[in-house]
Amino acid sequence: MKDALIALSCISRKETTRIFRIWIQTLVPPVITMTLYFIIFGRLIGSQLRDIGGYNYMAFIAPGLIMMSIITNSYTNTVSSFFSAKFQRNVEELLVSPTPDWAIVLGYVSGGMVRGLCVGVLVTVVSIFFAGLSVYNLFFIVIFGLLTSFVFSLAGMINGIFAKKFDDVSIIPTFVITPLTYLGGVFYSISLLPDFWRTVSKINPIIYMVDGFRYGFLGIHDISVYGGVSILVVFAVILFGANLYLLKKGVGIRS
Amino acid sequence: MDALTIGGLTKQYRSGVQALNGISLCVKEGDFYGLLGPNGAGKTTTIGIITSLITKTSGTVKIFGIDIDDDFPAAKKLIGVVPQEYNFSIFEKVIDIVCQQAGYYGMSRAEALVSAEKYLRRLGLWDKRQVAARELSGGMKRRLMIARGLVHEPRLLILDEPTAGVDVELRRGMWDFLEKLNGDGRTIILTTHYLEEAEQLCERIAIIAHGEIVIDTGKRELLRRLDTETFVLDTRAPVHTIRPLDLVSFTIVDETTIELTMPHTLSLNTIFAHLAEHGIIVESMRNKTNRLEELFMELVEA
Repeated sequence: MKDALIALSCISRKETTRIFRIWIQTLVPPVITMTLYFIIFGRLIGSQLRDIGGYNYMAFIAPGLIMMSIITNSYTNTVSSFFSAKFQRNVEELLVSPTPDWAIVLGYVSGGMVRGLCVGVLVTVVSIFFAGLSVYNLFFIVIFGLLTSFVFSLAGMINGIFAKKFDDVSIIPTFVITPLTYLGGVFYSISLLPDFWRTVSKINPIIYMVDGFRYGFLGIHDISVYGGVSILVVFAVILFGANLYLLKKGVGIRS
Repeated sequence: MDALTIGGLTKQYRSGVQALNGISLCVKEGDFYGLLGPNGAGKTTTIGIITSLITKTSGTVKIFGIDIDDDFPAAKKLIGVVPQEYNFSIFEKVIDIVCQQAGYYGMSRAEALVSAEKYLRRLGLWDKRQVAARELSGGMKRRLMIARGLVHEPRLLILDEPTAGVDVELRRGMWDFLEKLNGDGRTIILTTHYLEEAEQLCERIAIIAHGEIVIDTGKRELLRRLDTETFVLDTRAPVHTIRPLDLVSFTIVDETTIELTMPHTLSLNTIFAHLAEHGIIVESMRNKTNRLEELFMELVEA
């Protein structure tokens, strides 16, 4: 067990070092993108819109934009890092060693979480500047932030395991995660939707993450926050199990 | 004790290619063992199975008595591997690559640094420890992979074509290094295309072809199987004709170069006496080809 923990800390250290070594690619772009969102959607367009749940539009979208950054960066980091390790074949360093599969998964996932949460903190700082964000319930901010970055890092790892070429790294973020995030209540409250579309929206897991995270900042929610936490825990268990299964089977990494 | 025992190992890839057809071999602890074979013979597949990069179809593999089916992690701790192609992150520093590998085997950062320094110094890379791997020369990258393979002090070191693409001087240096490692009691398995390398380093040699072990024996026994040998002679004066000699075939390559093929049963003194008798003075002599190469071709083509 001690050996496995040392191996895990090594992978985490390597992943974290990578994020800060290429900070100009990993940390700066999402902050610039989110700043543009705040300026365009929050300040220019948002000033023309009415309040939602008692908050101006800028304040309403801020938690969703932070969550969007956490989701995309957690996912992107794990998928690109693991695929890069496969592409350069340095994943073999791990595979020939006695490092257990769970340590490999948690090592890469820790990198995704570090990047997702670092970007989340940076975007929070930006949003404080634009929206004067306050904290309603720190516990839910932390729990939703941690669980969401964990879940999306695990999902990115699965994408990385299956990816065979560079195109495969961007397909899921482009065609699945981005649409689900935009439809996940970042820019609107689902209470504004007709009944049918409100029900349909609840199939989208991202809505629970955004809603719970927003509750932590603003104290308003459309869905049960405990339900959101439960869904994230279920997703985390399923995705962690799926990662272990795929590594054990050697999918994408062993012939 | 046996460092590696392979029994009835088979591998069929999903594409249907049968890479190994039930190979069996045994490497004793302390051996310097050469695994030779043409491209696609099954060498890398065998090493891949031993190191878990490839899953076997059937058969058994034991590392120092530990069956990989029973406890692969324990078996892996005893193996160090130096692959054929570069497989480290080119963006990382030399010291980080080596220390991370030690960490994957459960060595603390402090232990890893001590071991990394030892091998980076021995391989002449200590001064480059803070350099990103992409800035190293080809030879340095090869040495980095050897340091990385040794950092956790494995009892069995497996090298897949370790000197491919390195210059002669560096190759000789690596040979010295590997001989010292083996002299210290470390078991080494080497695959190589350079048959001269196998002849120089390995005490036991197995030849694999078409997924089967063609021969697995000591180097001396192997070379003893060669019944003829070809030499190239440089003569002092031009030679236009040579009188025939029983069992020996002479070919005049150019005016001052003769090629002769002779059986091992015949003494070189007989040849020289025959040539001297006809006024031919030999100034220098060399083997036409590496002896092992001749045998290799004979066995692989059989």
